[in-house]
Amino acid sequence: MSDYLLLLLSTALVNNVILVKFLGLCPFMGVSSKIDSALGMGMATTFVLTLAAACCWLVENLMLAPLGLQFLRILAFILIIATLVQFTEMLVRKVSPGLYQVLGIYLPLITTNCAVLGIPLVSASSKAGFAVALLDGFGSSLGFTLVMVLFAGLRERLALADTPALFRGSPIAFVCAGLLAVAFMGFAGLGGL
Amino acid sequence: MLMTVMPLTALGLALGFLLGGAERLLRVPRDELEEELLKMLPGSQCGQCGYIGCAGAAQALAKGEAPLTLCPPGGRAVAQALAERLGVEMNLADMPDDVPRVAQVLEHLCIGCTRCFKVCPTDAVMGAAKQLHQVFGDACTACGKCQAICPTEAIQLTPVAPSLLTWGWERPLATREV
Repeated sequence: MSDYLLLLLSTALVNNVILVKFLGLCPFMGVSSKIDSALGMGMATTFVLTLAAACCWLVENLMLAPLGLQFLRILAFILIIATLVQFTEMLVRKVSPGLYQVLGIYLPLITTNCAVLGIPLVSASSKAGFAVALLDGFGSSLGFTLVMVLFAGLRERLALADTPALFRGSPIAFVCAGLLAVAFMGFAGLGGL
Repeated sequence: MLMTVMPLTALGLALGFLLGGAERLLRVPRDELEEELLKMLPGSQCGQCGYIGCAGAAQALAKGEAPLTLCPPGGRAVAQALAERLGVEMNLADMPDDVPRVAQVLEHLCIGCTRCFKVCPTDAVMGAAKQLHQVFGDACTACGKCQAICPTEAIQLTPVAPSLLTWGWERPLATREV
């Protein structure tokens, strides 16, 4: 049990998908100007990434590995992720139109989020078990959401701050992202990881 | 070779059928009226009506929240079609009945600022920074967004000159008044 907790902690904080592995940087810069939209993007990504980790593990271990077709991983995983995103969109539209209104524009964007492809690829090549792959996906997306919301909060404050004209807008955001990444490096070694 | 192609094909087919099934199962009953109205609108999502794209406009029209004359690029033709579909009697005489128009770049005024092709909803303006911009007439819906944003008034909406394919007899004067 404590192993799984440690795994969650490790994927969410120590090996944070955005600030340590540098995956999923486009939504990190693109959808982080408001906390609300950052949270929406984070939740949609959490849902898709967790499902994608599970589905990709199944396809990898039930189809690709027995047939010796591991070199088709990227192709097969992209297919699965695109289907999942479409399916999620339909499901959300049916189950909760309110949430669809909020997430609507962010849902299709997840298809091109490299974190969603990267996490299943890494866990497939490390030959992890199903539970580990699932937790890896879930923990990473939790870390993704956390960093998105943190960074959106920073940017909301930055928008009000009196920054030098040279740094106004995106440049200060990039500087800030770098500092945040340095701060997350401080988690290295947490819990003996 | 076959062993590589077949599993991927099977996977693609399976996922395709899955999505198709889900689409049927999870279909949201959409308003038929809304769909029909959406088809009547130009579909260039220019946003001049104030709604988010043509879908938003169709939604508002179906609810009766928006005036039928909301679509500037559609002009009188679209307003008339909408009125017919919604069964509303309307006097559209004071709505300008424009001939089809198309945006045109005045080459002596264009400074190549690239603002116009950034706002174009149909990607009909082509160009690069500090180069003359050009309009693709086929793609232009004459929504006028580029005209509004141009800092040097270098874009004009000019009527499309009738060609052999588009020319027709003028309607008799007696029928023009509604």
